[in-house]
Amino acid sequence: MTQKLVVIGAGMASGRMLEELVDLAPDAYDLTLFGAEPHGNYNRIMLSPVLAGETPWQEIITHDADWYHTNNVTCRFGEDVVKIDRKQKQVISAGGVTDYDKLVIATGSASFFIPVAGKDLPGVVGFRDYGDVEKMLAAAQKPEGRAVIIGGGLLGLEAAAGLHEQGMDVTVLHLMGHLMERQLDPAAGYLLQKELESRGIKVVCRAHTRAILGKDHVEAVVLEDDTIIAADLVVMAAGIRPETRIATDAGLHVERGIVVDDAMATSDPDIMAVGECVEHNETVYGLVAPLYDMAKVLARTLVNQAASFVPPMVSTKLKVTGVELFSVGDFCEGDDREEIVFRDPSRGVYKRLILENDRIIGVVMYGDTADSSWFFAKLKSADDISEIRDTLIYGPAFQGGEAHDPLAFIAAMSGDTEICGCNGVCKGIIVSAINAGAHDLAAIKATTKASASCGSCAGALEQVLAVTLGDDYAASTPQPVCGCTRLTHEEIRQEIKSKALKSIPAVMQECGWTTSCGCATCRPALNYYMIAEWPLEYVDDSQSRFVNERNHANIQKDGTYSVLPRMWGGMTTPDELRAIADAADKYNVPAVKVTGGQRIDLLGIQREDLPSVWADLNAAGLVSGHAYSKGLRTVKTCVGTDFCRFGTQDSTGLGIKLEKILWGSWTPHKVKLAVSGCPRNCSEATCKDVGIICVDGGYEVSVAGAAGMELLETQPLAKVTTEQEVIDLTVAFIQLYREHARYLDRPYKWVAKVGMGWVRERVVDDLQERAELCERFEISQSVYRKDPWAEQAKPEYEQSKWAPLADLILEAAE
Amino acid sequence: MSNLIDIAALTDIPKRGARVVKTGHGCVAIFRTIGDRVFAIDDACPHKNGSLSEGIVHGNAVTCPLHNWVIDLESGQTQGGEEGSVSTYEITVKDGRILLDTTSLQK
Ligand code: SRM
Ligand SMILES: Cc1cc2nc3c(=O)[nH]c(=O)nc-3n(C[C@H](O)[C@H](O)[C@H](O)COP(=O)(O)OP(=O)(O)OC[C@H]3O[C@@H](n4cnc5c(N)ncnc54)[C@H](O)[C@@H]3O)c2cc1C
Ligand code: SF4
Ligand code: FES
Repeated sequence: MTQKLVVIGAGMASGRMLEELVDLAPDAYDLTLFGAEPHGNYNRIMLSPVLAGETPWQEIITHDADWYHTNNVTCRFGEDVVKIDRKQKQVISAGGVTDYDKLVIATGSASFFIPVAGKDLPGVVGFRDYGDVEKMLAAAQKPEGRAVIIGGGLLGLEAAAGLHEQGMDVTVLHLMGHLMERQLDPAAGYLLQKELESRGIKVVCRAHTRAILGKDHVEAVVLEDDTIIAADLVVMAAGIRPETRIATDAGLHVERGIVVDDAMATSDPDIMAVGECVEHNETVYGLVAPLYDMAKVLARTLVNQAASFVPPMVSTKLKVTGVELFSVGDFCEGDDREEIVFRDPSRGVYKRLILENDRIIGVVMYGDTADSSWFFAKLKSADDISEIRDTLIYGPAFQGGEAHDPLAFIAAMSGDTEICGCNGVCKGIIVSAINAGAHDLAAIKATTKASASCGSCAGALEQVLAVTLGDDYAASTPQPVCGCTRLTHEEIRQEIKSKALKSIPAVMQECGWTTSCGCATCRPALNYYMIAEWPLEYVDDSQSRFVNERNHANIQKDGTYSVLPRMWGGMTTPDELRAIADAADKYNVPAVKVTGGQRIDLLGIQREDLPSVWADLNAAGLVSGHAYSKGLRTVKTCVGTDFCRFGTQDSTGLGIKLEKILWGSWTPHKVKLAVSGCPRNCSEATCKDVGIICVDGGYEVSVAGAAGMELLETQPLAKVTTEQEVIDLTVAFIQLYREHARYLDRPYKWVAKVGMGWVRERVVDDLQERAELCERFEISQSVYRKDPWAEQAKPEYEQSKWAPLADLILEAAE
Repeated sequence: MSNLIDIAALTDIPKRGARVVKTGHGCVAIFRTIGDRVFAIDDACPHKNGSLSEGIVHGNAVTCPLHNWVIDLESGQTQGGEEGSVSTYEITVKDGRILLDTTSLQK
């Protein structure tokens, strides 16, 4: 009698397995196929184009009634198997009991619903089967319907693109810092986000969903930061979980998936499993290529041929029309690894090859994936690429053989070859400009516009200069920020503004960074530029902060810290002093010192004590003095009219007002102020970044002094009559400095570059500009005028930041 | 012989960041790079003992917070002409958990 083979799950893996099986041995088994869905096997992958309306549902059905009939498959569609009885060798379903000799479990995966309130409301769907697609298409019927997709991976983005095509207003919420982080590095993730946004799809990264709201149907999604996003449809695309329930109930060995050996047998020799529901060698799979290989192996196992499953290398492509994206292999960095990065910002192309021992081990491509199969083939065959390394990234078309001298290459280029893609400038035009006297990059840029946009052709321009001028050529490039880029600080700030670059990876991509995540020089600078340009949108990147700014205290040479609370305008009270003294006692502070900035420093505090020291000081009303920041430090004052017989104005009061307005702001370098009550200048205002001298009938505001490594007297900015004018001038000056200075230039250095005249025009003469500068400063301060200590002392920081990751001393003791 | 101890989840360390594990031989800094590689080295700079876990992490290197020496995380060697190195320890990530080989700690 023919053996009975029962298959549970009519999905992609079982479909392929059945095809292989009937090819190998058409009559080996009496076949029964159970499927929970109301229809037979279909090409699940193509649900995305079905959702987008690009492919009709009928076209993705892989096995029709005819096929099952011809191959003698008894179909039990729309019928869940609820139990496997291994003793009796039976499966149990709504239709009763079915005997088996051999059983195949191919139950695939189920959408993972993140455990938040409201996840079970009508209108919340997964994206797994045609039923889900039908629900989404129904929701898209509603005019101006809004969809929120939770999850910015492959599935989520295909759902987003599809629903957008269906006319819905779509927002993607993604937990991580960039889209598809499992397949893409940040640069490619950024390009993808930009592309989706340009189509009108909203993308929110680092979005933590708190709950889904609604009474009897979903109405909105609320995030941890209280943002509420209205929604008529919520698609859960936050991951999948292998569907293993019946296997677990049957007592099979199940870990993350149903554990199988190389031949696809489970812990019960009569039960096999295949597809996403299995775990092989501690790995579960989520793409079809390996599942097809499993299906092949299983078919052979079922007809007693030896076969074993070898996991293939799997590549990823995103099926969103118009988005070209490819990734395969390992794209982490490593010391023994090298990378070749190619960026063409104007075309939105990014390619990165990761090499180890002269072999390609990973490929990420965005924008132009024409050569992906060639790279993938090289990766799979582990070809030694050292011979063609120089031209490798350009793909197969460039593999002529001999390595070339880049200058010879440039020299041989015809006059009409385009050098600057952004501005369409050809080599011939550049050569004419050089011959007419443009002998450096700046002059070429000014006369031809070449490199005036993204700047990534600057290197090629340099080579044209060298070739054209021959011996007269002397490298004359302005200093770039660091070794990671060719651009200067000023050029980068310009790019950030003109292209609305809102994240560090975005800048690195658009400005052609040559390293994947920058260095200790450029990252803090970029982080500042982001804060200054996008105060409301940008999320501070604490990993791009120097230690002091990350830990909100000054590190000392022995690894302890100093803690320096604010004393507004140098004023204090007995209560504050007591709190400082108490903290000094309680935390065994080795040194208490009055600083040169009119306040008291607690030196030598242990790192792990910082949060409690701050909490104690906070309780007494003291806040961070930012003695560690590139930001506002102190406003020194003298006693002024309140007590001094020479005082002309309330210098102490004005100093306190200024400090309360300015504190917490981040600036290119530190900023110090002082207000003196008369020209005797007891607060040393004339060597500060901004100094105010009170005089009879008014105030003299001067700026750009220095008393550190250089000594410079301030230069007069303006003389005014009211406190409000002093405040406005000061704020406008500092905002202008924030918007234009390069990172780590004190105001005196910056003013020397732009000129006092230029500053006065904007801050003093142009009242409208002054008002706008003040307004922009205030917008930024709405975010940053807060005490970082209070924030950092919160209990949630304790475990994630201040506590050690683990304590093995204790472990050893136990 | 190795003796792997589960010390934390990979996500307990921020990308391009580090945290320390206290051991009988002083603190060991555990780094996580942007590409999710994990390294363990002594938390003391060969220059003047700067706490390397407080440095800025870039690529597979860290810049010391005190005087900007750059240390390669994989080899423990200083880069850029400075002389010196720090001890490195065996560490791996499995299923999102960080496992530290404590036998290498005792060397
Ligand atoms: C605590 C204090 C010395 C004191 O005991 O009085 C101090 C301490 C430090 N100063 Fe200062 N400066 C202190 C007032 C000054 C002053 C005087 C003033 O503010 O009136 C100056 C000259 C004015 C000026 O800023 O131009 C001053 C000019 C510097 C400089 C040189 C800046 C320059 O542009 O040339 C540096 C180096 C730097 O910032 O790059 C510096 C850097 C430092 C650092 C932060 C060095 C560092 O990066 O670790 C010191 C931290 C020591 C520690 O371990 O905590 N400190 N420093 C003073 C804190 C004032 C406050 O209450 O915030
Ligand atoms: C929208 C979308 C796009 C995708 N795009 C790609 C892509 O581009 N490239 C790629 O490689 N992969 C892609 N995938 C993944 C791919 O579809 C899966 O890897 C593949 O379908 C898994 O095959 P499977 O047979 O293991 O599971 P499935 O195809 O899910 O089949 C399992 C079947 O078993 C049924 N079932 C479960 N439990 C029971 C039970 N107890 N009784 C009866 N029946 C049961 C389920 O209803 C389901 O029909 C995509 C997936 C989706 C959803
Ligand atoms: S002058 Fe400033 S930087 Fe120099 S040792 Fe004194 S506190 Fe430190
Ligand atoms: S202690 Fe590390 S560089 Fe000096």
